Amino acid sequence: MANTFAFVESRGGDLRRVGLESVTAARHLADATGGGDVHALVVGAPGIASKTEMIAAHGADVVEVVEHPGLALYSPEVVAATAADRIGAGSYRAAFFSASAQGRDLAPRVAAKLGVALGADVTAFEASGDAIIVRHPVNTGKVIATLSITGTPVLLSLRPGAVTAARAPRTARVEAIAPAMDPASARVVPKELLAGNTAKLDLGEAPVIVSGGRGLRAPENFKLVEDLASAFGNAAVGATRAVTDDGWRPHTDQIGQTGRLVSPDLYVACGISGAIQHLAGMRTSKTIVAINKDREAPIFKIADYGVVGDVLEVLPVLTDAVRKAKHSH
Amino acid sequence: MKIAVCIKRAADMETRFKIAANGMSVDETGVKFDIADFDGFAVEAALQLKEREGAGDVTVISMGPDTVQETLRKALSMGADKAVQLKTDAVPADALAIARVLADELEGGGYDLMLFGRMAIDAANQSVGPMTAELLGVPCVSAASQLTIANGRGTARRELEGAADVLEFPLPAVVTIDEGIARPRLPSLKGIMAAKKKPLEVKPAQVGESRVKVTKMELPPERTGGRIVGEGPAAVPELVRLLQTEAKVL
Repeated sequence: MANTFAFVESRGGDLRRVGLESVTAARHLADATGGGDVHALVVGAPGIASKTEMIAAHGADVVEVVEHPGLALYSPEVVAATAADRIGAGSYRAAFFSASAQGRDLAPRVAAKLGVALGADVTAFEASGDAIIVRHPVNTGKVIATLSITGTPVLLSLRPGAVTAARAPRTARVEAIAPAMDPASARVVPKELLAGNTAKLDLGEAPVIVSGGRGLRAPENFKLVEDLASAFGNAAVGATRAVTDDGWRPHTDQIGQTGRLVSPDLYVACGISGAIQHLAGMRTSKTIVAINKDREAPIFKIADYGVVGDVLEVLPVLTDAVRKAKHSH
Repeated sequence: MKIAVCIKRAADMETRFKIAANGMSVDETGVKFDIADFDGFAVEAALQLKEREGAGDVTVISMGPDTVQETLRKALSMGADKAVQLKTDAVPADALAIARVLADELEGGGYDLMLFGRMAIDAANQSVGPMTAELLGVPCVSAASQLTIANGRGTARRELEGAADVLEFPLPAVVTIDEGIARPRLPSLKGIMAAKKKPLEVKPAQVGESRVKVTKMELPPERTGGRIVGEGPAAVPELVRLLQTEAKVL
C-alpha cells in the first residue's frame, strides 16, 4: 500500500482540467498499489479553498490548501518550495504534476529540491517492483520511450489528456497550510497574467482543431478557417510554422515540432502541405481531414479523409454543411 | 554581460527513425545531427543580447562524447566566443543527473545569464534548465518567448495555454528559451573560419547515478491514411457523411 501525491493546477482561481487529471492519476496508482491515500495540494489566492470538494470528488483523501493574497498569480519559487515541502513531509510512492506550461516549470524545480527523479510528459505509468515504468514520446513523437524510474518518491508530469479526469468521491480531510516562503520574498516575481481570449478554446483542450497553412494564400483568408471552427462550435484554430513566421497568426497558434503538440478527436488541415515539422505536432490526432489542391501533398498520406481542391472554394461549402449538420441534432 | 548557453547535439527531426537492434535506442546510422532546435534559439538569443550591449562574452557548453565538438563549433561559427565539452560517453536519461554535471561547470563561472533551450528536441523532458537553476540556487524563468535584460534585471514572457504571463527577476539567472525569440542565424563563411581558432576546452564530466533508465524504444503505430474522398466543393456532402457515420466526430 502506498500513498500518492497530486499537485492540482489552477489559474485565476479556477482549477484547470489537467489539475483534476493529476488527482485521477494519483488515485489510479494508489488503488493499483493496494489502496493508499491520495494527498492533493492546491495553491492560490483566498477563495481557492472552495475547490476542495471538487478535488475530493476526483479521489483525494486529504486536500492541502495554501491560500495567500500573494499567490493570485503562479509564483514559481513559492509554489515549488511549498510543493517540495509538502511532498517531503509525507511518504509517497509518486507525486503527479501536469505536463502543462505551469507543470513543466514546476515539476523539475521540485525534483531538484528533493533530489529525486522526474519522469516528464508521460502518457502512461504503472508501478512495477521498486520502479515506476512510464511511457514518454521522444523525437517529436516519432519514437516512444519506455523508462524505468527508481527512488521515492518518483515525480511524474502527465501529458494533458493522457488520463481522463474521473469522479471517485471521497470524504476528504482538508488541511490549511501556509506557503513555505513569503511570496513577497520571491526573486522571480510574476507581474501579470495576459489572458488570451477566454472565449477561445485552447489548442490543447479543444476536441476539434481547424488549422490553416500557406494554401490560404493571404492572412485575411484565415476568416474561412475561423468560420469553420465556429461552425463546429467546439473547435480551436491552429496554424503552420510558415504562417506564424510570416506573422499571419501569433506564434502561440503554431502546431508542430517546435510549437504545440496536439491530438484532438478531429483535425482539419486547410491548405497545409504536410511538412514533417507540422506533422510532428498533429499526427496523433484521432481523425484527420485534409483539404489541399495538390494531390501529391504529404498531408494526404496521413489524412483519413482527403479532399483535393482549392481550400478557398471548399471551406465555405464545408462550413455551411457542418453548420447544418450541427443544427440537425 | 557574461552568458553561458547549454546546448545539446540532437538528431535532425526530419529523419525517418529506426530502432537499433538492442530495442533501447535509435539507430544513428546515416542520421544527421545538429544543435537541438530550441538550443539554437538560445544561442541566437545570447548573441543578440551581446550585440545589443556591444560587449560581453558567450560560452557554449555541451555534454557528451567527442561528436558534440562539431555542435559546439557550429555555435562558435554563429558567433559564440568559446566552448566547453563536458566529456562523457553518453548523456544519461535522468535530467537531474545531467543538471548536476552542468551545475558543477556553471558554478563559480561568474555568468550573469545561463541560457538553455526550452527542451532538448529529442529527449523532450524540458527539465534540465530549471533543475540546474535549483542546484545553483539562482532565479529561473523557463520557456521564455520574450526576454529583455536591463540594469541587472530581466523581464520574460511565458506562453501558457490560451494566455501568457510576464515575470521579472534579478541576475544572475537561468532562462530557458522557447520559440518566438529569434530564428538562429546561419553561420557566415567568415564565422566558420573564425570558429576554427576559437578555444574549445574538453573537461571530463563526473556523471552520477541515473535513476531513469531506458528499457525500450519503439516506433508508434503507423497512420493508415491516404483515402481521397473527392475533388473540390462537390466532395463536401460525402466528407460530412463520413465524419458523421464513420468517424462519428460530427
